[in-house]
Amino acid sequence: MSSHQRISRKSFLNWFLGTSLGATILATLYPIFRYVLPPEVAEAPTNRVLAGKLSELPPNTGKVFRFGAKPGILVRTPSGEVRAFSGICTHLNCTVQYRPDFQHIWCACHNGHYDLQGKNIQGPPPRPLEAYRVDIVGDEIYVTRGA
Amino acid sequence: MRLGERIWHALDSRLNLQPLVQFAKEKSVPRHRHDWMYYFGGLTLFFFGVQVITGILLLLYYRPTAEAAFESVQFIMSRVPFGWLIRSIHSWSANLMIAAAFVHMFTVFFSGAYVKPRELTWWTGAALLLLALGFGFSGYLLPWNELAFFATRVGTDMVSKVPLVGDWLLKVLRGGEDVTGATLTRFFGIHVAILPMLTSLLILLHLALIQRQGMHEPQEKPPLPPRPFFPNFVLRELMVWLVGLAALAALAAFFPWELGKKADPFAPAPAGIKPEWYFLFMFETLKLLPAKIFGLDGEVVGLAAFTAGGLFWFLAPLWDRKRARGEKSLFALLVGWGVLLYILSFTALSYLGVFQ
Repeated sequence: MSSHQRISRKSFLNWFLGTSLGATILATLYPIFRYVLPPEVAEAPTNRVLAGKLSELPPNTGKVFRFGAKPGILVRTPSGEVRAFSGICTHLNCTVQYRPDFQHIWCACHNGHYDLQGKNIQGPPPRPLEAYRVDIVGDEIYVTRGA
Repeated sequence: MRLGERIWHALDSRLNLQPLVQFAKEKSVPRHRHDWMYYFGGLTLFFFGVQVITGILLLLYYRPTAEAAFESVQFIMSRVPFGWLIRSIHSWSANLMIAAAFVHMFTVFFSGAYVKPRELTWWTGAALLLLALGFGFSGYLLPWNELAFFATRVGTDMVSKVPLVGDWLLKVLRGGEDVTGATLTRFFGIHVAILPMLTSLLILLHLALIQRQGMHEPQEKPPLPPRPFFPNFVLRELMVWLVGLAALAALAAFFPWELGKKADPFAPAPAGIKPEWYFLFMFETLKLLPAKIFGLDGEVVGLAAFTAGGLFWFLAPLWDRKRARGEKSLFALLVGWGVLLYILSFTALSYLGVFQ
């Protein structure tokens, strides 16, 4: 080994202290980094809920219901059909509503419009609302995801 | 010897304060026909001071949970003596602080004060404006009312559009997938601990840089001798603060800040929802964008454009070579007026209801 390639005691100590310092900083930052990221909360997946009652939903009205932790929207069309969609606007995450005067779904935040199939028809929303399956048992309206 | 003098001598003999007094006596500020703009940075600082004091007072009663936040603000406004006033001042002062900061930024831009050697002052100032907007955004959620809830849903959802780390950032900001009580607690921590600490440090740095380099002067030699900093400039600045305080007190007393309805995560966003005035130009622009632009989601293109525009504005000291050489720059002037007119016109048109 030639002399200029030999590691001097000083450079070894510098390297040793430098990496120790780096490791200490990493060992401090890593727990903070992990702490800041919220833990996954195990939640029983909700696939089917009782969303409302038919008698409380006359034609040309809508209702936001609770689907697990997220809002969903029930719509009774002017012809009396019941449909259900995700209640979250695909634009920037607001909760949509049914507008009887427009006879379709509308988002107040950035003026997004969806038709009665949940399709984005006007304004900034880039995608349609996710559609859910609707089952009517007597007076009760059940909504199922993944239909 | 009087008591005051004795205390002064006692301190001076230990800390050698005489040079500081001499320095204050010699410090001066340029005098010219545009020197009115030197007062807006100080005015912003004044409103920040008001925020710190009223913020600490609000902390005595505020409770940062989804169950209690709205009720605690209601309690402050209806039961605590002068609680309505303290909260109203806090809300109004926040708005006036951001307005003063915007005026300060534009006067600095139009006078070209950001070029070498004052790049760092411009950058720390820009960072302070971002922190002020962060204060506004995080504080807006704290009363946990309907408007705040959806403003936060929208605002945090924008973060999720950041490439690669968007979803991760969204979770960190919200404290989970959705805007919940966890988000409120996080925003509270950000609003009362993280942002105040960063802002205080940056204000100190910003002021130290100004102190070190002195005020920027226009190109033409000022015809008037400089104004002594103490007491002349300080007294003038205090007069401006007094006007700021009068405006603040009048606004807070005659137009008390409303609380609105308690947030309901399972209610639709109310019609007529809009953010604070300083986010209106972005809000209305996002409303106008089509669903798809060049095959990409409209809002992603819009947010990318805002980020690029903000970065361009931030980097002004690097691209404005003409002003750095002491020449006039038509390009910088056009950029300044373009940005100012865009923000002013979109904000005004939004208030006039043109975008409804």
